[in-house]
Amino acid sequence: MGMTITEKILAAHSGKDHVEPGEIIACSIDLALANDITAPLSLEEFEKVGASKVFDPAKVVFVLDHFTPNKDILSAENCKKIREFSIKYGIVNFFEGGECGIEHALLPEKGLVVAGDVVIGADSHTCTYGALGAFSTGMGSTDITYGMVMGRIWLKVPENIKFHCYGKWQKWVTGKELILHILGMIGVDGALYSAMEYTGDAIAALSMDSRFSIANMAIEAGAKNGIFPVDDKTIAYMKEHATRPYKVYESDADAQYKQVFEIDVSKVGFTVACPSLPSNAKDAGELGNVHIDQVVIGSCTNGRMEDLEMAAEILKGKRVAKYTRCIIIPATPAIYGEAMRRGYFQVFLDAGCIISPPTCGPCLGGHMGILARGEKAVATTNRNFIGRMGHPESEVYLAGPAVAAATAIKGKISRPEEVI
Amino acid sequence: MKLKGKVWKFGDHIDTDIIIPAKYLMHTDPKVLSQYCMEPLSPDFPKKVKPGDIIVSGNNFGCGSSREHAPLAIIGLGVKLVIAKTFARIFYRNAFNKGLVLLEADIYDLVKDGDEIEVDISQGIIHAGGKEIHAKPIPPFMEELVNEGGLINHLKKKLEG
Repeated sequence: MGMTITEKILAAHSGKDHVEPGEIIACSIDLALANDITAPLSLEEFEKVGASKVFDPAKVVFVLDHFTPNKDILSAENCKKIREFSIKYGIVNFFEGGECGIEHALLPEKGLVVAGDVVIGADSHTCTYGALGAFSTGMGSTDITYGMVMGRIWLKVPENIKFHCYGKWQKWVTGKELILHILGMIGVDGALYSAMEYTGDAIAALSMDSRFSIANMAIEAGAKNGIFPVDDKTIAYMKEHATRPYKVYESDADAQYKQVFEIDVSKVGFTVACPSLPSNAKDAGELGNVHIDQVVIGSCTNGRMEDLEMAAEILKGKRVAKYTRCIIIPATPAIYGEAMRRGYFQVFLDAGCIISPPTCGPCLGGHMGILARGEKAVATTNRNFIGRMGHPESEVYLAGPAVAAATAIKGKISRPEEVI
Repeated sequence: MKLKGKVWKFGDHIDTDIIIPAKYLMHTDPKVLSQYCMEPLSPDFPKKVKPGDIIVSGNNFGCGSSREHAPLAIIGLGVKLVIAKTFARIFYRNAFNKGLVLLEADIYDLVKDGDEIEVDISQGIIHAGGKEIHAKPIPPFMEELVNEGGLINHLKKKLEG
């Protein structure tokens, strides 16, 4: 029987010719990742087991991106602990300060993840790297400690769900609208424990940035991972960024899928996820006159070049509505620099936006853009749970970059054609 | 192991931002984290819940972030068991790694807040609402981990051996 990309990667990393869904495997890993809120717990466990080294100092990555620039003394202490650990154990890929970006935008850009890899991270959005044809999944800090020490981890081989996407994309509609549309179809546990595999001409037509944003939100359907076939665009991306060789796997024609969805992307409009679940999908056009207090364009889902480019195109020569705040967060220093060189910063400043340094900050209600009681936000982020960005009675609508930028101009949820 | 405790009900898709809001993730001490457990839904919950009480939920308990602070916040309250129809996968691993027992069973509509239920954890048998419910068996691999005292003890043995 044939295998899917996910199964082939897992088989190759567990010394097997064949794996099947449900099978428990001991899997070698190519990278173990943690950030400033999850690493402290990993390091506490590392101390407890009395380990004397990490399995490979080049394959353990720490990114201090969540509560940085440090939001308070405890956060600063946590970062200090991770820094001291990194010095002591010779961790090669330790990112902070001006080298630091949002982890899931930073790692592919730094070429630390390539096709065929198995990556585990103490962050649920580690599934982002599936866009590169890698198996990557989020875990807790204790599992990451195990991976950091042993260089392997136990995994249950997931079942596979295929999303075959065809048709022509509407202007301004991106991967973000597609994944919100899919979440609306299948729900926040619609892919529980499964691999979400994307295929078809409409996927091939997508930029890498859009693919990252789709893979990023696999976890929002409860999935273990999202995965994309490697094509010319993936290879071009890796040629530009990768620091080591990649391996391309393809799903066999007779691979097994528990479900197959056919999606005509020409019917995907400006999907917005209403409070308070990412699956609460509506079209931006249906949402009427809700006043929006804050717009956030950024995060590991949508803080990449394509997102800033769309935002700049829409915001050029316009003003953010009075009594609405618009925060733009380029996800990495490289994206920040490129947006500046292309003149987007002037566009954003002229429009009255705030430009933030790379940080996860407001996405998880950490800092740098918290909502008051009753306030409403449109965010290009990935979660709109109760109280996600601040007060439990604040609300978050998830959207793509074009809807977010248009909303900033109108001060209410709007489609791009309403402002262009 | 047998457990008798009072039920605290929470509905479907209880996410990790509810279990422990991100703004408290600078903390790693379960006792500190527990003061904010379920804050967005029920700010008084940490004051009312007693050690040994049992959380009962619907589908997809623990969805969202990978934060291990979520099981730690529950453990910090002295709650040792969560029964839900289904669990989100990262939370499932984290709970077992931290020593919080999870049972998959559909008892949400059989119980109300404050009911006392009896659970035989090793057998996976729940006595609730006058009925005997059998939880989905814990996967043998997870059971082995639990018997070894969790993933960290398992790793410790490996390193010592």
